[in-house]
Amino acid sequence: MTAVLDRVHLDPPPVRPAPSRWRPVAWALPPLLLVLGFAVYPMARVLAESTVTDDGRGLSTWTEVLASAQFRNALWRTIEIAVASTLGCLALGTFLALVLAFVPFPGSKVVGRLIDTILSLPSFLITLAFTFLYGTAGAVNALIAQLTGADSGPLNFLNTPLGVIAAEITFFTPFVVRPLLAAFTQMPREQLDVAASLGASPWRVLRTVVMPEAWPALMAGGSLVLLLTLNEFGIVLFTGAKDVVTLPVLIYTRGIVTFDLPGAAVIASVQVVLSLSLYCGYRFLFNRLLGGRRAAVDHTR
Amino acid sequence: MLLWTTRARALTLALFGVVVVVVFVAPIATVVAAALAGAWTGPLPSNLGPKNLSAALSEENLASLTVSLQTAFIAGALALFVGTWAALAAREAPVWLRKTTDAVFHLPIAVPSVAIGLGLLIAFNAEPLLLGGTKWIVILAHTVLVLAFAFSSVSAALDRLDPAYRQAAESLGAGPTRVLLRITLPLLLPALGAAAGLAIALSMGELGATIMVYPATWKTLPVTIFGLTDRGQVFLAAADTTLLMAVTLVALLVVGRIRRR
Repeated sequence: MTAVLDRVHLDPPPVRPAPSRWRPVAWALPPLLLVLGFAVYPMARVLAESTVTDDGRGLSTWTEVLASAQFRNALWRTIEIAVASTLGCLALGTFLALVLAFVPFPGSKVVGRLIDTILSLPSFLITLAFTFLYGTAGAVNALIAQLTGADSGPLNFLNTPLGVIAAEITFFTPFVVRPLLAAFTQMPREQLDVAASLGASPWRVLRTVVMPEAWPALMAGGSLVLLLTLNEFGIVLFTGAKDVVTLPVLIYTRGIVTFDLPGAAVIASVQVVLSLSLYCGYRFLFNRLLGGRRAAVDHTR
Repeated sequence: MLLWTTRARALTLALFGVVVVVVFVAPIATVVAAALAGAWTGPLPSNLGPKNLSAALSEENLASLTVSLQTAFIAGALALFVGTWAALAAREAPVWLRKTTDAVFHLPIAVPSVAIGLGLLIAFNAEPLLLGGTKWIVILAHTVLVLAFAFSSVSAALDRLDPAYRQAAESLGAGPTRVLLRITLPLLLPALGAAAGLAIALSMGELGATIMVYPATWKTLPVTIFGLTDRGQVFLAAADTTLLMAVTLVALLVVGRIRRR
């Protein structure tokens, strides 16, 4: 008995080896190398491919593509659609988030969950639904024709930029609702009640108390939607209109349909630079507005 | 709360209801209705029946569904493994490496998926790593795209994790492996479940990168749906989309159950 006790007493506490400085680095490297190899390297290959010409390498593909009317039209169309969709999403998303946060009603949880569900569905679903609803032979046109007695309904916007913008607003609004709702629910209710009890109208409370607080969330949601709409592919592809061509669709048609890889690579390089600079701006803005705190604005949370 | 009169409240809620129905309910309901319809020429679909849905579950289309499911599960598992590893390792790493990992892992969110597909097509269409023409290039594309979301969900959860549990285990003499397996990973389980659900949902609906790289033998459901609408078979396309929605929602529900446990 005493021997056992003695041994326990004599055993020195295990000395941990001092952690090596390089061990954490070695652990972090394998996943990093995987992403560098499978995501960054292909992007570098795109840039390299864009300099391939018929006789070796050069910038002739670049000058040819950048000068083409097809590319310029697609670039402006992409920006036009992205900006208009973002503004629409911001307006609609602010309204929805305000009601969900400040006008409580039974079933608001269900609506919140429905909005979350939209985020996980494929975007082309919206275009497909729109053809049945608002297409020239769609349900709404048929209803209007029946009511007015005309031969056909008046709606014919699906093959115009307006149709794509409407579809994108429908699909991307949840990305604005989520961060705004998070910001609104963190707001102290007393502030609102005090302002209202001092005689401020709902508009004034909204303007002077609520919106200034929600500004960072609005900016973050808006820039995320701008990025996603710039990169959106499914909605535009399913729309299939000849005169609504955006950069991602142009990358697809040049790369796969006509198999002009260098040409597609030039457009992809332009698009990547555009998206990355917007993304860097978004991260910068985000870190500054929230003081480096990465709050619930990221749509993955 | 913001509106004090009953009339203002009722008006706002009515407008809200209309917006929610038009913007969120109508598209989903329309696709489901079209999936059940034999024709849709009037205001309402006609010849309702399960004909399209059973066609969607027949041989060729069912093959697309199993391809999509396999792709989603393999890509999701790979992305979750690499993303979790990266998030855990970045935490211990020096600041410069942590920032680099964070930036590089978020890259696929910022870059359009079509460009990622084009890059993979160019980079892996030749020796030494010939993936073009096999199912692996599709799975790789999905993994790369989903990885960013897996990584950011897990690192966000790690940010919120109370370090006290880990420190207590360490002070009681648990080694790093034991701490990881018995403390950190179990605490991360809800976040891992959420990340898995998101990964599967995103992968099931992925179109941009897939359409750039897919071989004829590995056609995912969204690619098949695009082919159908392109040929004007919109009702079958709606049935396939309904199927895609249903499977995605079931996957999310199943994973949601893991989260709550």
